Amino acid sequence: MGEEVKVFGYWASPYSYRAELALKLKGVSYEYINEDIFGNKSDLLLKYNPVHKKVPVLLHNGKPIVESVVILEYIEETWKHNLYLPQDPYDKATARFWIKFIDEKCFPTLWLAAWSPENEREKVTNEACEYMKTLESALNGKKFFGGETIGMVDIVASSVGYFIRVTQEIMGLNLLSADKFPQLFQWSEDFANCSIVKESLPPRDKLLPFVKGLIAKYQQDNAKA
Amino acid sequence: MAGELVLLDFWPSPFGMRSRIALAEKGIPYEYREEDLRNKSDLLLQMNPVHKKIPVLIHNGKPVCESVIQVQYIDEVWHDKAPLIPSDPYQRAVARFWVDFIDKKIYELGSKIWKTKGEEQANAKKEFIECLKLLEGELGDKTYFGGESLGYVDVALVPFYSWFYAYEKCGDFSIEAECPKMIAWVKRCMQKESVAKSLPDQEKVYEFILQLKKVFGSE
Repeated sequence: MGEEVKVFGYWASPYSYRAELALKLKGVSYEYINEDIFGNKSDLLLKYNPVHKKVPVLLHNGKPIVESVVILEYIEETWKHNLYLPQDPYDKATARFWIKFIDEKCFPTLWLAAWSPENEREKVTNEACEYMKTLESALNGKKFFGGETIGMVDIVASSVGYFIRVTQEIMGLNLLSADKFPQLFQWSEDFANCSIVKESLPPRDKLLPFVKGLIAKYQQDNAKA
Repeated sequence: MAGELVLLDFWPSPFGMRSRIALAEKGIPYEYREEDLRNKSDLLLQMNPVHKKIPVLIHNGKPVCESVIQVQYIDEVWHDKAPLIPSDPYQRAVARFWVDFIDKKIYELGSKIWKTKGEEQANAKKEFIECLKLLEGELGDKTYFGGESLGYVDVALVPFYSWFYAYEKCGDFSIEAECPKMIAWVKRCMQKESVAKSLPDQEKVYEFILQLKKVFGSE
């Protein structure tokens, strides 16, 4: 059909992952370009995302779209099959609410809880647990946030369901535990077990040492400060 | 289609102003309810239990929270009147990008300008102007960010104009001197009734900020 779809991403980035999963859910072929975000960002990346200079960038027929949630909305509106947002405006607004909640509250606090020095960790962890309880309530007995199938909220929640779980393992924390958050825990298992998700997630055995290295460096840098 | 519409709001909130403008642009009647943020109503706490914040748009008893979500919702439900968000997916993505940029930068930097002093304030002012200049670049020669008519980005950004006087007084600088194109765009927006009626007087906002500074002891 002559469509050119490219994703500039980073293999371990939870945000980059969202763009790729969405394209896979829609069965859209794309070329993936891994950016060296910790070393040398390519000229193309800086050209396509001059404001934030970050991944992911979706390039569709030469036009760049940036910011993971903006990319997800664009993909949904461009490839109108296998829809992952509800059609009803009210249900759509509800999905967007939870997406914002994950990105502004849940995910950042969970990262902080994993990375904070021990003496600061308790307060952040308590806050993170409150947010997870709230997020769990959004599941409301459903298998996925999107209902019977993966929706846009699930795609965004992969940051919590997979990437945070991996980070926790490294830190020996058990924030997203089956006994504290049974529904959310079950959701993260069901999500990671979907074939399309399983084949696209960055492998655990690569991600673990990578995140370990990042955390160690972060703690080292902050110890010096 | 309108049914019952209530907006729980707080007069100086730039976020509340976004929904006021969107509803006014489309000529949709609604009930405006002023919230006392030191004494939040049961209705607010019930309708926005997660954040307990305004604005909340209640449509036929169901709440829509977060101003950007409200503006999109209003545009989708009343899609045949004064559309705010472009119909082309790429144009939509561009508009969403800039609204996201405004949300990440303008409010926080503006807050730093009136809350802080010294180096922190100086850095906030510098970055604030840089962000406005980026937005001026996006505006280009267009009448509005939305082209010939008010669009999503215009609605998201113009409410902050009501806080410009407060930022300028607290930060001792002139936004117009640094970003004349931005102020020219603001003046065009203010000619529209939907905008003029939705924004409070700048001096009132400044007085409100001064009260807040006293309460938070940053005098």
